[in-house]
Formats: sequence, structure tokens, C-alpha cells
Amino acid sequence: MIPAQFDYLAPTSLEEALAALAESDDAKVIAGGQSLLPVLRMRLNAPELVIDIGKIDALRGVRDDGDALVIGALTTHHELLNDPLVAEHALLLTKAAHELADPQIRHLGTFGGALVHADPAGDLGAPVLALGAEFVIAGSGGTRTVGADDFFVDLFETAVGEDEILTEVRVPKRSGWGAHYEKFVRVAHQWPIVAVAATVRLDGGSIAEARIGLTNMGSIPLRARGVEQALVGASPSEDGVAAAAERAAEGTSPPSDLNGSSEYRQHLAKVLTRRAVAAAARH
Amino acid sequence: MTTLEQAPAAGPETGKEIGKDRRRKEDQRLITGRTRWTDNLSVPGMLHMAMVRSPHAHARIVSIDTSAAKQATNVYDVVTGHDIADSQGVLANAWPITEEQKTPTHLPMAVDRVTFAGEVVAAVIARSAAEARDAAELVDVEWEELPAVLDIKEALKDEVLAHPDLGTNKSALWQFDSAAAGTGGDVDEAIAKARTDGIVIERELLQQRLMPAFMEPRSYLADPTGEQITLWSSTQIPHIVRFLLAATTGVPESKIRVIAPDVGGGFGGKLAVQPEEWITFAVARRLGKPVKFTETRSESLMSNHHGRAQVQHITLAAEKDGTVTGLKVHLDADLGSYVALLGGGTPVLGAFMFNGIYKFPAYQFNCQTVFTNRPWTDAYRGAGRPEATYAIERVMDDLAAHLGVDPLEIREKNWIKNTEFPFTSVAGLVYDTGNYEVATAKAKEMFGYDALRAEQKERRARGDKVQLGLGVSTFTEMCGLAPSRILGALRYGAGGWEHATVRMLATGKVEVVIGVSPHGQGHETAFSQIVADRLGVPFEDVEVLHGDTQVSARGLDTYGSRSLVVGGEAVLRAADKVIERARVVAAHLLEANLDDVTFDSGRFSVAGTDQGMGITDVALATFTSHNFPDDVETNIDAQGSFDAVTFSFPHGTHLCAMEVDTETGRVKMRKYVCVDDIGTVINPLIAQGQVHGGVTQGISQALFEEAVFDDAGTLVSGSFVDYLLPTALDTISYDVAHSPNPSTTNSLGAKGVGETGTIASTPAVVNAVVDAVRHLGVTDIAMPMTPERVWTALRGDPGGADTVESAEPHFEGGNLESPEEDR
Repeated sequence: MIPAQFDYLAPTSLEEALAALAESDDAKVIAGGQSLLPVLRMRLNAPELVIDIGKIDALRGVRDDGDALVIGALTTHHELLNDPLVAEHALLLTKAAHELADPQIRHLGTFGGALVHADPAGDLGAPVLALGAEFVIAGSGGTRTVGADDFFVDLFETAVGEDEILTEVRVPKRSGWGAHYEKFVRVAHQWPIVAVAATVRLDGGSIAEARIGLTNMGSIPLRARGVEQALVGASPSEDGVAAAAERAAEGTSPPSDLNGSSEYRQHLAKVLTRRAVAAAARH
Repeated sequence: MTTLEQAPAAGPETGKEIGKDRRRKEDQRLITGRTRWTDNLSVPGMLHMAMVRSPHAHARIVSIDTSAAKQATNVYDVVTGHDIADSQGVLANAWPITEEQKTPTHLPMAVDRVTFAGEVVAAVIARSAAEARDAAELVDVEWEELPAVLDIKEALKDEVLAHPDLGTNKSALWQFDSAAAGTGGDVDEAIAKARTDGIVIERELLQQRLMPAFMEPRSYLADPTGEQITLWSSTQIPHIVRFLLAATTGVPESKIRVIAPDVGGGFGGKLAVQPEEWITFAVARRLGKPVKFTETRSESLMSNHHGRAQVQHITLAAEKDGTVTGLKVHLDADLGSYVALLGGGTPVLGAFMFNGIYKFPAYQFNCQTVFTNRPWTDAYRGAGRPEATYAIERVMDDLAAHLGVDPLEIREKNWIKNTEFPFTSVAGLVYDTGNYEVATAKAKEMFGYDALRAEQKERRARGDKVQLGLGVSTFTEMCGLAPSRILGALRYGAGGWEHATVRMLATGKVEVVIGVSPHGQGHETAFSQIVADRLGVPFEDVEVLHGDTQVSARGLDTYGSRSLVVGGEAVLRAADKVIERARVVAAHLLEANLDDVTFDSGRFSVAGTDQGMGITDVALATFTSHNFPDDVETNIDAQGSFDAVTFSFPHGTHLCAMEVDTETGRVKMRKYVCVDDIGTVINPLIAQGQVHGGVTQGISQALFEEAVFDDAGTLVSGSFVDYLLPTALDTISYDVAHSPNPSTTNSLGAKGVGETGTIASTPAVVNAVVDAVRHLGVTDIAMPMTPERVWTALRGDPGGADTVESAEPHFEGGNLESPEEDR
């Protein structure tokens, strides 16, 4: 498992990194390396240049910005998991980070890196989609902001352009919302076959508002909008949300692979959505 | 440098060593990795090698252009099959199961044609491993693709041939019939009678392909610069490798030294003569330079031998009351594209075990071995016996279900009673000792069998979404491979004896040289315990040496639960000879009559006196040898060897409770109890570790593992992302106990423990899952029992879903070319 040879650059500022990226025709950005390194070692990709942004401290950390949390792209999954601001205002991310890979990967892998890698089976896409996050992307011409609905483009492809770097993600605060990430796997260390990210606001014993994201139900993370609409006013028990959850597979075209057929995944999405919403309502 | 303190032993430090929970003395270096794994070694002037492999399952090599690779940075040479055709030797099949067996020549490096995706066609040798790997991508091979046969049932039709020149895909048909052998009646008669006046259970069961996943990938280092050519190899079988290198390359055996340094697991996967091993040896000789090759995990999965891979046709006949009257077995066993070292012998080992612990009056076994264009198959933990146990334990459950009785009841009705040992089985083997009643009673109690049955009933009545099932496996196995005479009768090309040397050093320390070759089992600890007891010396004073043919000249290595049962007995015999020789010296030194000198707990005494001396004093006196008379030898070291008369037969009762989520098909283990009779237990801690690991490996076949190929014959489950192995997070803690009945086949009374867990647990798990949903109309679920297969079975498809609709590895699921960050 030896990667092909590549040049390595470790800039200490964003400007330096962007300049190097613009200059090279065949560069890859590396942060925590938890997805790129396996790809390089299996020789599925062989870039000429690898730009390590891990030394750009400005991209690290979580801060309170009024009605939103701002999460730096280099924040590790471990930091995300243990951040009190995240737990208070974006509990769904805490829940998802808890289910993400294993402690070794969580200590190295980064929030922004995972999102830009855009593995449809990645655990963070569906939660940020459900939370309606905004993505701040830097390029040589300045920064731009992209909404969650426009961020994920296709399999392993996002709105981040070839010469751009994701710097931070703004997550609107949903304080007091219940949340749950229901992940379905055969063994603990694998990518989810299907997972459901659910966060709900209760009012007077029924669901007032719900936001549901689906993992690995298509080439990008998906919002289960039909379920969200049907949940308004529902009783937050498994029985109470069952009818709404039946709509979870609407508009999805999940893959078929060694772990399950497309049809099976659609079935799972319904069952797991029911369980996720009921669990979210309990927390 | 970090050091680990030696953990304190669980038991007292004095007294008998056998039976004590000694912590393993080898673990510190093995677990930290600061030891001599082959890939950790380096010798002056060493070059590194990378392989070029076939991407096609079956193809002719039209041409190989090595020019670009040869010009790459720091490349020393590029070698093709033509270059080493005369010197590379062949990979032998040591066990042609019939005289007529078709056995295609298996060259280490293909010369004209490849027969599976992953076969080596060229090797690049460079100054560094990275440069060799880079240059390997520059080797340009022109292929002419040939039709490939990828499935056992397709192969049997002989329409597409794995080896067109053989004219058939059928390699050999091996048969055993109890009527012909005189060990039982006519099975067809029994089945015919049962069809009119009894019960016939017929099943087709599948043993999926598994891939041995030892922790240390294969690694070889050959150094031709000395008087002997030295090969360091991560192998289970250094002695057999040395013999076969000599036999197939023409290099005299005396000019070859094979060293298996610390070896990180094997599970049968390193019970092999490997193409890469032979190629490393041949290339080092050709270049006159030391050469090392270490595989990647992907290479390991695609090109190391696989295991299992059988279609099993089982017919069981019984009387109306459930008394079994006959068993007929037909196996179609996938050899892959060559006949491996044991090859067809692996499924044939199952011939003696399909009847299990039951008193079948008539039995027939047929095994058809078949070629496909997939990697060859060979031994994988249990080798033939897990497959047999799976089949018989599954159909015994089916018989119980047919009659509506408890699965334990039908087993007890048919098993060998404890008063009937020694018992000659319908397959012609003599089971020496055992007590199925005691093991089962103990397991039932530990399991809380009756309470769990009550809970199952309650959940069924309630229509709970989570159903509970109880699985039973009352297994036996044959261990201690293997008596040389039996191997000879089965046409195996070697013996099954074992050898050991015990050396008394001048300072009173002891060196024990063993012919078995550990790769994680804890031999150094267990054999130290045995010798410490026998010679009456401290455990710490015993050093166990192994794995180097220059140190351990004779031995037949480690596999088939043989190290303790066969090798342990050889060690005891060597130790006893040391005592005999030392007694002669002691008699001289004590000026006593030889007949008056006795030995006990490390001390020689003269009967009727208070005179005596320790064996370590005798060792020192022998070192000086001052004033020894002419007829007293100046050496008390000794060798011992052992060849068993028959196998040993561990057995046990495994009980498993599984919960099935009927909404998703996901299964979850609730409880696992096993009570094994492995005979005398030398080190309970090591035995428990073997059982835990073995049980997990068997569970993994039931639930997780499957080698999957696409229509082109390319391995889809080619990394651990797609070939699922459980970790501690995916298992529960098992309740392990023993019910020992010492074996009479060796003086230790040991029966073997390396394979028991793997052999027993697979049917226990599958039986439990089927039991959970049998009332919903499910009678079979194919392994591995993925959630989708369980869910599909619950929807009325008894065979379960096919593994893939459109399978592709996780990492190849899309465009990874665009410059992006990663998580």
C-alpha cells in the first residue's frame, strides 16, 4: 500500500494554499487524510501535488456567531463531538459525530474534509443538510457562501471548485431541538448502509417542526421533505410518526451493493426514519 | 522506548505448571510489534520486489513489454515468467486424492496463460519498495482474454473450461461408502426405506468462499549470498517449504535454510507453498542479491488461497421417531484454478466428520472437486470439518423441526452414549473418549436454556417485532493431524509425526527445540509449562526455540490442531530421555546402583538414603565431565518423536441465542455458551483465547464474510471495506467452560483446541437465526446472513437474496479525480 510519488506542500496561510492550488493543474488538498490516504495508497488517484492545509490554524475551531454556530473546516470530529456549543445548538451534529467511524479516525479526520470529500455514505452530509447549514468557500477571487441544498452536487462532488477551499460552515442554531442519528451497519466500523439524521422541535406534546436528512440513499445526501411536512402535528411516538415515515423513500434512488439492494435500502429508510424521529423526540 | 511490565500470573508461582493460567511469555514482543516479523528484517544489499498481476480471470499472455519499467528510477531488473521458467520450480499438490486426479501444472509465475485475476506475470526489483511499486505500473502486458468459468455449478457443465487442455473442469471424485468399507450398511437402502416408512430430509447447503485474514500480510526475504540460501518466510510450514523448494527447484535441501521468524497469524492461509515465496527465492538466486517481497492487503485478499467454497447436497434418513438410519453426502468443492498444497484433501477431511457424534448405521460420502477461474482454495481454520459440522448440525435441526421436538432431544436420541466409548464411527474412526451428556447438561445450565425457550414462546405469542431463536451445535472434530499411516492410506505425500529436542545447558537452563511452528498460538508458554513440570525446573528457565530449519532440523509444522497433541507428546518423550540419560550420570556421581536412583520433581534420589542431586547439578557435572567413566556419555540432551495411532476427538456443546429484528432483518447475538471437551488443558487462559477467537471466526462465516466476484471474475470484496470482519464491537463476551475427558491417544491427554470454536459456532448461529423465524415459514438463509437476506427470507424467498445486484467496491463508487479535501 504505497502511494505513487507526489510533491507535498504545507502552507501556513489560506492565501498561500489558494495560490498553490491555482498554480497546479493536478493538486489535491489534504486535511486529516482519513479518506484521501486510502485512495492514494490504493492508487485510485495519483495527484502530482498534495497541499496539506493542516497547519492553517485559522480554519480550526467552533465559535458562536449570534444566530448561528461557525465551525472551522479543520475542526476534527473529536472536537465536534465534545464541543458544548454544538451540543447545545446543533445536537444533531453531536449525535452524528458520535456514530462516525472510530476514535482514531475521529481524532484525525476533519469536519470540512469529510463534507468536501462528499462520500454519499459519509455521516455528516445528511445532518448538515437537515440543519440547513451554509458553506463558506474561499478562492483566489475572495469568498462565497453556498446553501446546503446547493452544496452537494454528485458522488464525491461538491460546489467547491478546483481552485477553492472550504473554510467554514455556518450552522443555524436550533437550540432545544431533539436529535438522533440512526445508523444501520453490519459491523461497527463500516460506512452506513443507510442512516437517518432527524432533528425535531416539540410543542405541546406534538411535533411542531422536523428536519430529516438521509445518508446513502442516492449519490448525495437527501432531505426527506415529504416526511418533514407529514410530521407537523404528529404525536412523537413510533406509532405516531409511522405514517409520515412511510414517505422516507420518496424520490430516492439508492445504490445497490454488497450490503443491500436499492429496494432494501428504500425499505430501511422508512423503518429507520420512524425510529430516528421517535428517538429524536425523546432527547 | 516503552516497555511493558510482565503481568502477574493468575495462579500461584509454585507447584504444577500444567493447568496454570500463565500469561504468554511471547506476547510483549508480538503485541508491540517490536520483533522479527519478516518485513521488519533487512540484510545488506537487499532489493525490494513488486508484482505485476493479471487483471483478467482467464487470459493468454501475448507479450510483456518491460522496457519502460527497466528504465525507471533505481530499478534493478524486471523478471517475467519466461526469464525464470527453468529455475522457478512448481507449486506442488501434496495430496492427490485419487490416482486419476487431474492436476494442472502450477507455476509460481505464469508463463503463457493466467487462470485467475491476481496471478503474477512479472516482478519488478528495485532499490526501494516504493520504486518497485511505481515501476510495476509501467510494465505493459498485452492480453488475449479467454472465456472464464466462475461458478461451481457452471463449471460442472464443462461448457467453459478453466484449463482447456484438461478437457474438463472435474479434477477428482473421492468416495467413501460404509457398506463397501464394512463400517456400516447400504445408505441407498436406508433412504429408500425412509421414503416409504420414515423421514427423509434433503438439503442443498452453500459454503461461501472465505478469505483468511491473518494480521501479518505475507512477506518473504531470500538471501542467496551465503553458503546456504536463506529464506525468511511468514509461513506456518518452514520445514515443508524447505523440502518442497528442494524437491521442485533442484537446489539441494542441504543448501536451503528456511526461517519462519515471528509469524502474525495464519489460520491455514499460510499452510501453503506460495507463488510469491517461490518467485522471491528464484529471483534472489537469479540476481545473486537478497530480495524482499511484502504483499499489500489487497494482494493478500486477491491472491492468497481462499477457503470453504462448497455446494453440499445432504440426504438424511430417519425412522418416524427420529432415530437416524442413513446419511448421504455429495459435495461439489471449488478448487479454484489450481490444486493447492492440500487441495482436494481439504474437503475430503470432512468425509470423516459429516456423521458427527451420531450413530448413523449407513453412510456415504462423495466429493467432486472442480476447477474454476478463481483463486485456489485450501485449508482455512478447521479445513473440511467446519463444512461437515455445519451440514450435519443444520439437518439435525431440520429433523427436530420436522418432528416438532426440541433440537437437543433429537440429538440426544442419536448421539453416542458416554458408556459406548471407545466407539467406532460409521466413517471408520475410533472416538476414544467423550461425554456428550455432561457437556450438554452443563451448557444448558450456563445458558439458562429453559428460560430462554420460555421467552421465545412468549415473544412468538405476542408477535414481537424482535424474535428470539436458540441455536444448538453438538459437534466433534478430528484433531492432531495426523497419523502417518492414515495419511499414507489417504494418499497424502508426507507423514504426520512430530519431533522435539530437549537440551540441558550447563547453567541449568533448558532449551526445547520444537518441530511445530507457532504463529500466534502461545507455544513458547505452553511447552515451557510442560517441560517445567516434567523436568522439575522453573518455568522461567525453559526457552522454546522454533521456526528455523537450522535450529529445528526436523518437524512438520503447525496446522490441524496438532501442535500440542502431536508436538507436545514429542517434547515429553525428549524430556523423558533426558531424565533417563541424566539418571545414568546421577548414579555415577552418587556412586549408586542405577536401579536405586529415582527421579521426582527435578531431583534424583538414591533409594533408602538421603543422598540425591538436582537435574541441574547433573547438567553442570555433565558439562565438566570430570572423572566420567568411559561408559557414561558426556551429554544428556535428547530427541523425541511421536506419531499418533489415531486422531484425537474434541467435542462440545455450543448454544447460541440470536435476536432477529423482523422489520430490518438485522440479527443480534444475545448469548453464547460453549462447553468443550478438549481433554487435558495445559493453560486455561490460552485455551480460552483459542475458543474465543475460534468462535468469533465461525460467527463471522455465519454473519459477515464472503468473497464476492463480479461477472468478469474480479474480486469485488477486495479490501476490508467490502470484506467484512467483526471487531470486538461486533461480538459479545462468550461463556466458555470445559468438561475434560482426557484423550487416550497421547500421554498428555490433550485433544486440540485450535479449531474447535470455528468448527462449532457457525451452525449454532445459523440454527439460532432460523429458529427465531422458522414459525414465520423460513427454513434456510444463505450465509453470510446479511440483514437483507434475512429480510428477504421473511418475505418468502427461502434462499435469501443474491449478494449483489450491481456490486462495486466502496472506493470505486465514483469520480475520485477532482481535487477535493478529504475527511
